[in-house]
Amino acid sequence: MTPEEFAGAFAEIHPAFEPQAAAIEANRCLNCFDAPCTAACPTHIDVPRFIKKIASGNLRGSALTILDANILGLSCSRVCPVDVLCEGACVMHRYNKRPIEIGRLQRRAMDAFYSAGADLAVPPGASAKSVACIGAGPASLACAAELRMQGIAATVFEARPMAGGLNTYGVAEYKLRPPDSLREVALVRSLGVAFRNGVSVGADITLEALESGYDAIFVGIGLGPTESIGIPGEDLDGVVDAVRFIAEYKTGTPKIGNRVVVVGGGNTAIDAAVASRLLGAEQVTIAYRRDENAMPAFAFEYEHAKQQGIRFVWQALPTAIVAGKDGRAASLQCLRTTPGQPDASGRRHPEPIAGSEFTIACDTVVVALGQTKLFRLLEGRGIEFSAGCVRANRATGQTANRKYFAAGDCVNGGGEVVDAVADGKRAGRGIAEWLGQHG
Amino acid sequence: MADLTTNFIGIRCPNPFWLASGPPANCGEQVMRAFDAGWGGAVWKTIGDPIVNVSSRYSSVDWAGHRMMGLNNIELITDRPLDVNLREITEVKKRYPRHAVVASLMVESKREAWHTIVKQVEDAGADGLELNFGCPHGMSERGMGSAVGQVPEYATMITEWVKEVARTPVLVKLTPNISDIRVAARAARKGGADGLSAINTINSITGVDLDTFTPRPDVGGMSSHGGYCGPAVKPIALHMIQQIASDPDVRLPLSGIGGIGGWQDAAEFILLGSGTVQVCTAAMHYGFRIIEDMIDGLSNWMDSKGFATIDDFRGKSISRVTEWKHLDLNYKIVARIHEDKCIGCDLCYIACWDGAHQCIHLDRVSGDHHQIPAEIEQRSRMSIVSTPVTKAAQLALNPTKTPLARIPRVDEDECVGCNLCWLVCPVDGCITMEQVQTGLGKQSWEQRSAASPGG
Repeated sequence: MTPEEFAGAFAEIHPAFEPQAAAIEANRCLNCFDAPCTAACPTHIDVPRFIKKIASGNLRGSALTILDANILGLSCSRVCPVDVLCEGACVMHRYNKRPIEIGRLQRRAMDAFYSAGADLAVPPGASAKSVACIGAGPASLACAAELRMQGIAATVFEARPMAGGLNTYGVAEYKLRPPDSLREVALVRSLGVAFRNGVSVGADITLEALESGYDAIFVGIGLGPTESIGIPGEDLDGVVDAVRFIAEYKTGTPKIGNRVVVVGGGNTAIDAAVASRLLGAEQVTIAYRRDENAMPAFAFEYEHAKQQGIRFVWQALPTAIVAGKDGRAASLQCLRTTPGQPDASGRRHPEPIAGSEFTIACDTVVVALGQTKLFRLLEGRGIEFSAGCVRANRATGQTANRKYFAAGDCVNGGGEVVDAVADGKRAGRGIAEWLGQHG
Repeated sequence: MADLTTNFIGIRCPNPFWLASGPPANCGEQVMRAFDAGWGGAVWKTIGDPIVNVSSRYSSVDWAGHRMMGLNNIELITDRPLDVNLREITEVKKRYPRHAVVASLMVESKREAWHTIVKQVEDAGADGLELNFGCPHGMSERGMGSAVGQVPEYATMITEWVKEVARTPVLVKLTPNISDIRVAARAARKGGADGLSAINTINSITGVDLDTFTPRPDVGGMSSHGGYCGPAVKPIALHMIQQIASDPDVRLPLSGIGGIGGWQDAAEFILLGSGTVQVCTAAMHYGFRIIEDMIDGLSNWMDSKGFATIDDFRGKSISRVTEWKHLDLNYKIVARIHEDKCIGCDLCYIACWDGAHQCIHLDRVSGDHHQIPAEIEQRSRMSIVSTPVTKAAQLALNPTKTPLARIPRVDEDECVGCNLCWLVCPVDGCITMEQVQTGLGKQSWEQRSAASPGG
């Protein structure tokens, strides 16, 4: 695939507004009081305010309204599941059934801001305090930006070569591209945040060293590789981890087999399946152990997958991956399931039906079973965990070790970018307040 | 089917819709196309000694994405040779004998000049004359247009000169750029006018270009005040029409002008006393084709109201306007919010708090009617919310149902019945203003003052 073919295949699903089209849409906004869209946004962007600034031609003011609440306004405008957030809350659903296209309007303001040079005033002055942020994903970026706004020095440690976390490596290419994610990283850097990419905390620098070198530590490490599927054949060639596959096609070499089975039912499974199609796989199947209604993926993601010609096999519990003559994965063996007793999530546990074996022929199995928790990195420092997730005060981000704060996927187990930004920002404020009192 | 045929001061036409004197009635070709489209008459763009125009000539006020809520022009009277205009008037009348062609006139303030032009246009076949005493820009600097209309004695004098020779009905077109338009109307009557046209355009600067700092319209880096018209001026025009129509010292037929763009506007002008209505900006904006719905809509409305002719409702609303001191102080209405229609925008709430009387509350869930708007917003913005990831949480969003917490409550005891909430509510029929019985008889301010002189 040439870069041009790749760009064509992964054309944006939510293209930018033409400037005047944005103004027309902005004028449609009723400018609600205490707007439900603002309340529904985890970062509480003042939506009517930024929309009416687009209508008035004050694009810089519009962008600053967004960035004041959400420093990652650019990526959120592209990746947010707006159907269940701002646009889902829009009163227009009850007016003429056409909610305001808030996500695309936000993108309009952010695109204009970045096109104009992404000039954000650096806050004056600096305290003597400094904070280490582990991980360079959305939570850390939001936390670090907030710390800089409060005059506190922030250094971000990132194991990978590029910052941005899942925004750079993990979001479907047709929603957000790495260069856009990196523009946001550059904005955060412009606020005075230091980035140390390629430095793995634990391996290259210890937590003890961070503790002695910094006044507080923010943990925004996200999640690890995909959970192992734990069935015979999982190590065969042709079996890939969905998160790694997505990172590889976005920032490395795009390649995929011809007949792909994606195991899982979440948004990552959909992202991996759609990407497989766009990369040229002829047949892409999602095998999910529960039924359609229990699938955790957003409804609009499911619709998108169906439009892309993804085949769904419901109530399919993988039992083995079988190799072909070449030693590579050649089929996925499954058992049918039936809904059993409700489990901890409230959903009925899928019980395999004896004797219901069937196979799905394939050359690639993409495992998208949720990501592993990285709590082992943090053990021994007085931080508490719950089901592998860091326990942190939701309002301040503070953990059981009061010098440690945390937010994002490592706390919530895997949420949206906007959730990580909201919690990361609150943690930044929490750190500033704590340092003010105890530092 | 309503009969729209009109006989206005002896000028007959198929309907009361005339093109106003202006760019749409600049030449015979335009006027004939307008008649083909359905217009009942046209007031020819003002004829006089030809002038030279500038470019540019128009500027407008856009509002919330809509173009030309108000239009301003600095164009002068006709720039075409007199003989061409006269020849075309003759041609139009020959081809369209049933339609009204009124010649708008403006010449220098000399008796002979007026006598000459009147004879010329009447000989050409004009059905009537409209004396342009209203144009507020350019011509007024040369002692014509509103320079005449603003001095009652001049208006009377020139009207008299015209009436000395006129064989057709004479309308005087009034300028609104005057403190009391009734004074100008009385002056025209004194001069013998058969009818009045009102209003001409209003002195205006529509805006300033924020890059060049030149006000609009820009003529080589300079601007000049122009005449304002279009939808924005309708309320001013209606008020002046009402003032003239109800003035016992005027009592002349009226041709209403000012922001008329649809049949409702026309009906309103007629209800306040207009016998014909004149349209310019709307035709400049959308073309002559707008006449179709003006006729159709007005006819259907007349049918629905049982009016067979224009005269059946002309002036019907004049008696419904009075001085404030005669209004009933004991009439009380309050706002009622129909919650089944409420979409939860809460524009009524903030309008009432910031722009009215703080009697609409968002307390149906909280029970706290002491909280001010900023506290309500602050509560939302301090809340910790997450993207709803479970199906149950997503279903709970239910965007088709307005949350009770967002449905406002009117404190009817405090409501003063100002209408503001009803005006801002985007949903038809969601807020209604309803009468409540006060148990008190009608009493006006005048009556109350008389009853308690010291009060």
